Amino acid sequence: MKYLSDFILVNKKLTSAGDAMLRLECSDRNTGLKALAEAEPGQFVNVQVLQSHSTFLRRPISICDVDVENGILTLYVKDAGAATHALCAAKDGDVFNILLPLGNGFSLECCGEKPLLVAGGVGIAPMLLLAKRMRAMGITPTILIGAISKDRLILTDELSAHGNLFVSTDDGSMGEKGFVTQNTVLEKDWTNIYCCGPLPMMKGIAKIAGERHIDCHVSLENVMACGLGACLCCVEDTADKGNVCVCKEGPVFNINQLKW
Amino acid sequence: MVNLNIDLGKGLQLKNPVMTASGTFGYGPEFSDLVDLKRLGAIIVKGTTLEPRQGNPYPRMAETPSGMINAVGLQNKGVDYFINEIYPEIKNIGTPIIVNVSGSQPEHYAEVCRRLNSLEFVKAVEINISCPNVKQGGMAYGTTCSGAETVTLAARKEWDRHLIVKLSPNVTDITEIARAVEASGADSVSLVNTFLGMAIDVERRKPVLSTVTGGLSGPCIRPIAVRMVWQVAKSVKIPVIGLGGIMNGRDALEFIMAGASAVEIGSANFVNPAATMQIIDEITDYCQRHGVTDISELRGIV
Repeated sequence: MKYLSDFILVNKKLTSAGDAMLRLECSDRNTGLKALAEAEPGQFVNVQVLQSHSTFLRRPISICDVDVENGILTLYVKDAGAATHALCAAKDGDVFNILLPLGNGFSLECCGEKPLLVAGGVGIAPMLLLAKRMRAMGITPTILIGAISKDRLILTDELSAHGNLFVSTDDGSMGEKGFVTQNTVLEKDWTNIYCCGPLPMMKGIAKIAGERHIDCHVSLENVMACGLGACLCCVEDTADKGNVCVCKEGPVFNINQLKW
Repeated sequence: MVNLNIDLGKGLQLKNPVMTASGTFGYGPEFSDLVDLKRLGAIIVKGTTLEPRQGNPYPRMAETPSGMINAVGLQNKGVDYFINEIYPEIKNIGTPIIVNVSGSQPEHYAEVCRRLNSLEFVKAVEINISCPNVKQGGMAYGTTCSGAETVTLAARKEWDRHLIVKLSPNVTDITEIARAVEASGADSVSLVNTFLGMAIDVERRKPVLSTVTGGLSGPCIRPIAVRMVWQVAKSVKIPVIGLGGIMNGRDALEFIMAGASAVEIGSANFVNPAATMQIIDEITDYCQRHGVTDISELRGIV
């Protein structure tokens, strides 16, 4: 089920890059709590941003975390344009109309005993809820995250609490120096890889997983309008079905479905 | 009580003037969690062609001030898929279904119409001679009187129920085209389809869309669409269906006062998936506040 519900910003933390971690509390507990209870890791929400005059469409943002008991939705927003800038500049008490939960998240059904979560940049956000859900299943995931430098890494404490954390930074200020695709932890045996980050990173990880026949899922972020599979704007050309909507058939795809 | 019923003729009766614009509402079920589909005046489904189409390559959409440019290119699974797989799922919604029909040759439009004849709840077809995003057919037919006539006549031969022709705004005089399709047997005209537009990514120094140009929609086009509806409503006798950037009840009433019998809601469905419901409520509220007992009292009053 999909819901349209208002959420109030109750807490905002800005990162050193100017991005924002937004904690939003549902104001209509009837729809909001149901929506949060149904949210799966890897799914996304579509946020209406009224504060920006150049913004017409909603903005799709992946779900970072949900706290169903307290009605809290956590989103990590990268300041990348007028609309996301307005979101990062939001103040406590600001209200946002949110369409959620959308798309197909990371499949946990096929998750084996040794999953590896790989993420970079803003793609780290959805890994928090994914790691939490794996822990709830009795699986401790290994998590590999990357950024250009230590101060650009997000959620390191939270992710460490739910899995074994490994880090790559471009400048070597934390963890191994280099890209996540070069990290030595990739060389171990993994049952599954779950990946979210910049396209070149995901393609690099998909190549490694493909060569070693590891079950691998990636989360795409094609430009979207409706988020409901109606406008057919966000299509990805797939091996089995041709052009499919990333918002509805994805955003998470098994790499075997993609023409990478 | 306000009477919002609209009779567009030839068996196309609407509970209210609010329809969904083709390509912005899927087939209906995509919105069923958020919209009470049986409250809609009609559902106009995604553009349907004789053969399946993959549409244009990604990227297909550019956001623009108060609107968007799309270049989807009529991606659909073809008329037979619609008949066998989609129609059975939507026929009992309780709302008239209108199929938007497109093609690259007049015979293809005619054949799609012929195949749709067996579907009882398809109360009308909307002949799309105005899609700017396909290489063959589409808008090419909608920008000349002879092209518009040819396609309208071909579809008319195979379709006895209500026949809408959707007009392109990318012409010098839209009233000419409207009169041509009226003379060729159209039961109504809908306008406007999208305006041909273009967006450039200056950082990459490249067009945003894979097709370079696309169709501009949204509230940015509304004043032009209202003007065109006003012009066409004065120059044809058949009903006019207005669309172009309607976001709320007030916007819909602009089109009705300009002469539209009904309206279509398009891009607004992307911004507010429940827009159609709010628009019906806001039109009703307006009528109550202004002592209007029948929506037809407002039609063409400007």
